[in-house]
Amino acid sequence: MPSGDEPHAGLDEQTRWLLAVRDRRDRQAFARLFDFYGPRLRAMLARLGCTGAAVDDVIQDALLRVWQKAGQFDPAQASASAWIFRIARNRYIDIVRRDTRPMPDALAVEPPPEPDPGEVLALQAEGARLRAALAELPKEQRRMVEMAYLGELSHREIAEETGLPLGTVKSRIRLALERLRYHLKEHKPP
Amino acid sequence: MTIRHHLPARLIRAYAAGSLPKSFATVVAAHISLCDECRAQLAAEEFAAGAVLDSLPPLYEPGDERLREALLARLDGAPHLPDEAPPAPMGIFPGPVVQALGGRPPRWRRLGGGIRQEILARDARGSVRLLHIPPGTAVPEHSHSGLELTLVLAGSFGDATGHYGAGDVEVADEGLAHAPVAGPGAPCICLAATDAPLRFRPLIPRLLQPLMRI
Repeated sequence: MPSGDEPHAGLDEQTRWLLAVRDRRDRQAFARLFDFYGPRLRAMLARLGCTGAAVDDVIQDALLRVWQKAGQFDPAQASASAWIFRIARNRYIDIVRRDTRPMPDALAVEPPPEPDPGEVLALQAEGARLRAALAELPKEQRRMVEMAYLGELSHREIAEETGLPLGTVKSRIRLALERLRYHLKEHKPP
Repeated sequence: MTIRHHLPARLIRAYAAGSLPKSFATVVAAHISLCDECRAQLAAEEFAAGAVLDSLPPLYEPGDERLREALLARLDGAPHLPDEAPPAPMGIFPGPVVQALGGRPPRWRRLGGGIRQEILARDARGSVRLLHIPPGTAVPEHSHSGLELTLVLAGSFGDATGHYGAGDVEVADEGLAHAPVAGPGAPCICLAATDAPLRFRPLIPRLLQPLMRI
């Protein structure tokens, strides 16, 4: 476990592990990230019909990238899970679909400024509330949200707006959006 | 750049989830390169996707520990993975467009009526192209059997649904029939993606369609 958690009080475990990897190249924290995300990424890939050796390739490649690129993680811009989700999604498209997903231009701030701890905590709190809202969804609605976010929707379903997150989940995402929008505005390069 | 026409949340969500065909994903990535509002929306959709990932029931395998040890053993020796960021923007073209162009300027081909295009990619799931429309020129009226996304990179165009300037994106759903006209002054250069052939109303473009490959 990362020790001396004082500066990271109030952060979820995954974010603390990722910050320990980023700041101290902490291999134990990395092993915990692997133990947490490996089986969840496998669950995500299973939803997409991806099985066999390709699954291990995507998981290994994604987590190796987490290790190598941890310096780019900014906890005011993304939760650990959002950051790892994006990496794993691109690895899946690369390895399984043998394609690349076009990515937007990066913002011209390198390295990211030291984030305001208040902003980081606010985003973390939204994450906790969002997970709670997801946990409370009726089974059928939860299934729809998972389909929308895990890449299971067909083109037709996207066009017809199937799988829109409902009620509390939607309003939680909107609150997260307000935080992220504020952060982007504050840190936009001149 | 004042952007008034944004991407709907459902398309940003589908982009985040990786479920958009590459043609549309190129337009989404290009618009987000120019639009802070949609960049924030993407971050929020990825935030939600991360929360969904966190709360998935984990799927354990007997080989997990071996997989972890193998990865830990090669952390330091593994070759450095390249960044996923697109190439640098070139003039009016954001990085995702430069990438689709292969890093060179467009090679325009004449379409008739002064309109020029370069098809950047096409496959069974759709196509994405750059269009160069002289000021004041009308694109023949057409409707869609699927979805058409048009991002303005320079100049402007207008149709019955509104006026679109640099950075704006028009989302033309199935059923919308429109005849976009490029604004005065400068040519309109835009990036357009479709998932199905357009349906032209006037006879001549319909005859030309196989040649134009729109």
